[in-house]
Amino acid sequence: MSETNNKPTLKLSGLEPLVFGPSINFVNIGERTNVTGSKKFARLILNGNYDEALEVALDQVRGGAQILDVCMDEAMLDGEAAMVKFLNLIASEPEICRIPVMVDSSKWKIILAGLKCIQGKGIVNSISLKNGEEEFIQQAKTIKKFGAAVVVMAFDEKGQADSYERRIHICQRSYDILTREVKFNPQDIIFDPNIFPVATGMDEHRTNAIDFFRATRWIKDHLPGAKVSGGVSNVSFSFRGNNPVREAMHAVFLYHAIKNGMDMGIVNPAMLEIYDDIPKDLLQHVEDVIWNRRDDATERLLDFAETVRSQGKKSKTDEAWRSQPVGKRIQHALVKGILDYIVEDTEEARLSLNDPLKVIEGPLMDGMNVVGDLFGEGKMFLPQVVKSARVMKKAVAYLEPFMPLPEENEDGDAKSDNINRILLATVKGDVHDIGKNIVGVVLACNSYKIIDLGVMVETEKIIDEALAQNVDIIGLSGLITPSLDEMANVAAEMERRGLKIPLLIGGATTSRIHTAVKIDPLYSGTVVHVADASKSVPVAGESISKETREKYRLEMKTLYSKLRDDHEAKQQVKQLVTYKEAKTNPVELDWSTYKPFIPKKLGVQVLDNLDLGMIRKYIDWTPFFSTWMLAGKFPKILKDPIVGKEALKLYNDANNMLDRIVNEGWLKAKAVLGLFPVHRSGDDLLVDPEFTSSKQFVFHFLRQQGRKGKGVPNRSLADYIHPKSKDYFGGFAVTAGLGIEGKLKTFQEDGDDYNDIMLKAMADRLAEAAAEYLHERVRKEYWGYDPEESLDNEGLIRETYTGIRPAPGYPACPEHSEKRTLFDLLDVEKNIGMTLTDSFAMYPTSSVSGYYFGHPDSRYFGLGKIGEDQVEDYARRKGVSKTQAERWLSPNLSYSPQLSHEG
Amino acid sequence: MPNRTELLLQQLHKKILILDGAMGTMIQRYALQEDDFRNEALYGVKKSLRGNNDLLSLTRPEIIKEIHKAYFDAGADIVETNTFSSTSIAQEDYGLSDLAYKLNYESAKLAREVADACTAKNPKKPRFVAGAIGPTNRTASLSPDVNDPGFRAINFDQLVEAYSEQVEGLLDGEVDILLIETVFDTLNAKAALYAVQEVFEKRGMPLDPHEGGIPIMVSGTITDASGRTLSGQTTEAFLISLSHVPLLSIGLNCALGAKELRPYLKVMAENAPFYVSVYPNAGLPNEFGKYDQGPGEMNDQLEAFLEEGWVNIVGGCCGTTPEHIAAISNTASKFSPRHLKESIPEK
Repeated sequence: MSETNNKPTLKLSGLEPLVFGPSINFVNIGERTNVTGSKKFARLILNGNYDEALEVALDQVRGGAQILDVCMDEAMLDGEAAMVKFLNLIASEPEICRIPVMVDSSKWKIILAGLKCIQGKGIVNSISLKNGEEEFIQQAKTIKKFGAAVVVMAFDEKGQADSYERRIHICQRSYDILTREVKFNPQDIIFDPNIFPVATGMDEHRTNAIDFFRATRWIKDHLPGAKVSGGVSNVSFSFRGNNPVREAMHAVFLYHAIKNGMDMGIVNPAMLEIYDDIPKDLLQHVEDVIWNRRDDATERLLDFAETVRSQGKKSKTDEAWRSQPVGKRIQHALVKGILDYIVEDTEEARLSLNDPLKVIEGPLMDGMNVVGDLFGEGKMFLPQVVKSARVMKKAVAYLEPFMPLPEENEDGDAKSDNINRILLATVKGDVHDIGKNIVGVVLACNSYKIIDLGVMVETEKIIDEALAQNVDIIGLSGLITPSLDEMANVAAEMERRGLKIPLLIGGATTSRIHTAVKIDPLYSGTVVHVADASKSVPVAGESISKETREKYRLEMKTLYSKLRDDHEAKQQVKQLVTYKEAKTNPVELDWSTYKPFIPKKLGVQVLDNLDLGMIRKYIDWTPFFSTWMLAGKFPKILKDPIVGKEALKLYNDANNMLDRIVNEGWLKAKAVLGLFPVHRSGDDLLVDPEFTSSKQFVFHFLRQQGRKGKGVPNRSLADYIHPKSKDYFGGFAVTAGLGIEGKLKTFQEDGDDYNDIMLKAMADRLAEAAAEYLHERVRKEYWGYDPEESLDNEGLIRETYTGIRPAPGYPACPEHSEKRTLFDLLDVEKNIGMTLTDSFAMYPTSSVSGYYFGHPDSRYFGLGKIGEDQVEDYARRKGVSKTQAERWLSPNLSYSPQLSHEG
Repeated sequence: MPNRTELLLQQLHKKILILDGAMGTMIQRYALQEDDFRNEALYGVKKSLRGNNDLLSLTRPEIIKEIHKAYFDAGADIVETNTFSSTSIAQEDYGLSDLAYKLNYESAKLAREVADACTAKNPKKPRFVAGAIGPTNRTASLSPDVNDPGFRAINFDQLVEAYSEQVEGLLDGEVDILLIETVFDTLNAKAALYAVQEVFEKRGMPLDPHEGGIPIMVSGTITDASGRTLSGQTTEAFLISLSHVPLLSIGLNCALGAKELRPYLKVMAENAPFYVSVYPNAGLPNEFGKYDQGPGEMNDQLEAFLEEGWVNIVGGCCGTTPEHIAAISNTASKFSPRHLKESIPEK
C-alpha cells in the first residue's frame, strides 16, 4: 500500500478520481462553460443550443481542464433548469464527465440543483460569511451532506476582503466555523482569497496581488488541509482588450501565486503566456506592477501597453495638439488625461462662451462623451478613464466660483435645475463600485449633487435616504448577477412607497433587456438602463427636466414594453407552463375592496350618425404617417430635417381631404355599443341571460402560458372581471367607411392612386378616432365610471385613461371568431350595417370592434404562445373541433398541430 | 452490557464477520405461486405479484424467518432484511408504493426476531440485522432514452423521499445496520446517504457509529470487465464519491464472481478509510441465467482475498446459499480481518 493513498488530501471525482497530491502542482479549472465568463457559451445556452455547449465543455477537457466550472448565472436564464439540463447532458458524455464538476453560482438554489445532478464528488463555488454565520453554517452543512468540497470566498458581513489582514481574518474565521461547528473535512475547504485587479490607477489597488500572495501563503501555513483557488483573469481586468499584456500578467501572477501555495484556479489557457516567453521589458513592467515595486509602475505599464498594442510603434510626446481650437484641446486633455493645461483651456472656453455652465455642457461633456465611447469600445482602460475624470474634476472646480448660486423655485419644487440631487448606491450583496464612482464623477462634473451611499446598501436605506434628502434620481449599480434581483427589489419598493422619481440602472451585468423585462414593470416611474457613464448625463437630464420628464417617461415605458413583448415572443416557445398552472397564476386583484361599477346605461346604444367634424379631433396622426412610410412621431415629424417637408405636405393634403369628407359628406360613421352584466366562469364570460332574454352569449378568453418570473401573472382578459359575483363589461363596433366605395371608384377611374390611398388611410384613421371618441363617452357617460375625466388627444393616444378596449384579433385576444358573438350580441348588422366575412373580417374595411373592460387595473398585453392543453380546453368551451380551434389560433400555437383529415 | 452498535464494532475489531447469502435463490427453493404473494389486503390487486419477493415478509413471514435462520445456522453474523425492493419507487411497478414503509418495518421485525433468538441461544456469537437498501429500478444519472440523454426517469429529490421512507421503516423495525447495496449509479447512493443523514438528524442520532450512530454499509456493483459501475465510475471514483459519510464499511457485491472482482477489491482495500466488505455472486451466470458455482469453488476464490488481508465482512450475493456461507464462514475464521488504517489528519 503506497503512502499517498492514506495521507489525507483533497480527493475529487467525476467518473475518474482527481487526487491532490505532491505530483500535482496546480489544477486547472476550465472556465469556458460559464455564462458569465464566456459570451459564446452564454449565447449557446440562451439559444438552447446545448449540443454546441457540450462541445465547449469537451474542448475544455481536451485542452487540459482538470475540473469543469459550470455557471448558469445569467439574469435572462432559468439558472436552475439550465444547470440541471447541462449537467444531465454532460453525464452522458464520458469524456467530459470524467473530470469533477465545479457547481458555480451565487444563487444557493442553483447550487442545490447542480449538486443533485452529479454522481461524483464535485466542488461548490461558492459560499461565504457575506450574509452571516447562520446562513454560512446551514449551507456548509447541506454541502457536506452531498459530499462536495467547497470554495469559500473571503467575504463577510462587512464585505469582500480587500486587504491582507481582512483576508486572513475572514479565512481563519470561516475555517474555524467549518471545522469546529460543521465538522467539515478541512481537506474539502478551498479558499478564494479574492484576486483583484492591479494597475487600475487607484492607489488602494496597488497591493492587490501582493496581498493575495501573502494571504495564500498564510492560509497554507495556518489552516491545515485548506486549499487556495481563484479567478486569475481578474488581475488584469484593467487591460481588457490588450491581450498580450493580459497574458503576461496572468503568467506572472500565476507563477508567484503557485509558488505561494495556490492549488487550483480558473485560468483560460488561451489567455496565458508562458512565463519564460514573456519579453524581458514587458516582464519587467508587469513584475513592477504585480509587486508594486515603483510608484509609477502603473503609468509605465500603461505606456508600455500602448506600444504592445500598436506592435512596437512608440508614440512620441507630441505637443501638436496645443495648436488646435480650445474645444479640441479640452477633448484631447480629457481623453489623454493631461492635467497640465486644463485650467488655462477652461478659462479660455469660459471667456469665449461667456457662461461657465456652457463650458461644462459643451466642450467638457463632449470630451467626456468621447471618453465614454472609447471606454465602451474597449479602446480606453479603466485607469485612463479615472485620469480623465480627474481632469474633468479639475476643470469643474475651476469653474465653480463663476457659477450662479442655486435659487429656490417658487413652486416649491425645492431645487433649481442645476443642483439636482442624484443618489447612487451599489445594491445589497454587491461591492463593486468602480462604475458607480465613474458615473458619480461624470454627473458631478455636470453640476449634479451626488449622494453616494456606497456599496452593499439595503433597499430600505436607499429609499429612506432618497426621501430624506429629496433626491431627483436614484441610480443603482451592480456588477454581479444577484444584484439584478436586488435592483428589481428596489424598484418594487420604490413603487410600494410611492416614489415617482426616475430610477437609473447601471453596471456590468445589467442590460437594457433585463431592465425592460425584470425591472421596468415593477415601477411606474421612469426606469432607464444606462449603458455607460457617458450616457448618464443626457439620461439624467431628460428624465428630470420639467419640460421633458413626462414625455421621456412615456417614451421609455413604450420602448421597454416593446422590448418585453419581443423578448416574450422569443422566450415563450421554449418556456411554457401548463394551462392548469397558468390558471393558478392569474392577475391578482383585490376583489374584497372592489365593487363593480354599475353602468349608467345598460344595454345596446346605437349612434347612427357620428359627427366626423368632431371625430377628426381624435385622430392619432402618427400611424397615418407610418402608413405613408414616413417614420416619426406627430407633430415632431413635421419639423423633421429629413422627412419634415414631405410630412407637412402630406398633412396639409390630408386635412384638405378631411374638410371635404366632412363638408361634402363623403363618408358616414356609425357606431353601436352595449354594456352588460356578466358572470365569469373560468376564462369565459357569460352575459347575464336575464338580460338577453335567455339567449346565451358567452365570450371565451385565452390565457398567457409563457413561464413568468416571480410576481408576474399569466394574464387573461377574464382576470379583470369579478371571479364570483356579477360584474360588467361591454362591446362596441364602429365604422367610418360607409359610402366610401363611390369616391374610391372615382379616384380609381382617374388613376389617382394618391387620393385613393389617402382616402382609405383617412377612413381608417377616422374609424380609429371614432373608437377613441366612443370609448371616452363610455367612460364619462354610458358606463360613467370616470365622469370627470379630461384628457387631451395626446393623453388619449397614450391611453392614460381608466379601462381598456381590446379588439378581437389583437394581441390580448387574438382569436377572431369571437367577433361573431360580439356582433350577434350588439346586433351589429341590423343596427349599423357592418358585416362580418366568413373569416371574421369586418366590412366596411374601415371599422373597429372590441370589448370594454372598466377595471382600473385592466391593461393591454400580448397573449403569446399557448399550449395544446389550452387549445383543447378552448375548443371544448367553444364547442368546436380541436382542429378548428388550432386553425383559428395558429399564430399563437406553441406546437405544430397534427394533420387531420377533417376539412 | 454494550449496545448492539458497540458489540458490532467489537466483533469487527476481532474477526472477519460473515454476511448471509442470497434471499432470492432461497425463495426459489419454495416454488411459490401467485397466492403465496397475497394476503387479504392484497387480494384485490390486479397485477401479478409473483416475484415481488419483498411481499413475502407480509404474506409468508414464516418462510423469510426460516431463510434468515438457515443463514444464521450456517454461521452468518449478519443477515439482510428482505427489503431489497421495498422502496415506493421499486414497488411502483406493482402499484404498491403505499406499502413501502410497512414492508421495511415488518421485514426488519422478522429478521430482528430471528437474530435475537439466535443470539439468546449463543450469546458469545451476537447476531446482527442489516437493513437492505437496494438501488431501485431507476437511475438518476443515466437516461433510459438513448435519444434524449438529458432525460431522467427519476431525480435526486424523488430518491431522497423514497429512501427516507425506507430508512424510517427499517429503523423503526430495529435494524442494527443500514446496508446501501448493489449500487450501480452512485447518484442513487448519494441520495440514499442524503436520506439517511436527514433521517438521523431528524431523530437526533449521531452519524458516526463510533459516536453511537447506526452503522452504514455501502456496497457498489462493478457491472462488467470494464471495471466500472453502470454509471461509469471507476472503483476509486466510486469510493471518493461516497466517503463524505463516516461509513462502517464500503465494498463490492453482485454482478461478478469473486475471481472477477479481485482487481477492484484490491483498489478498495488499498484506499478505503472504512472497513471493506465483499459478497460476490456464485460465479458468473450460465446460459440459463443460473449460478452454478458451488460452495467449494467460491470459497477457494474468496480465500485468496482473505489471505491478502483485504476484507472485514464477507458473504454471498446471487446464487449463494447457506451451504456457500457455511464454507466461507469456516474459512474466514482462520484469517484475521483487514486492519483499518486510521486517517491521521495533518496537524
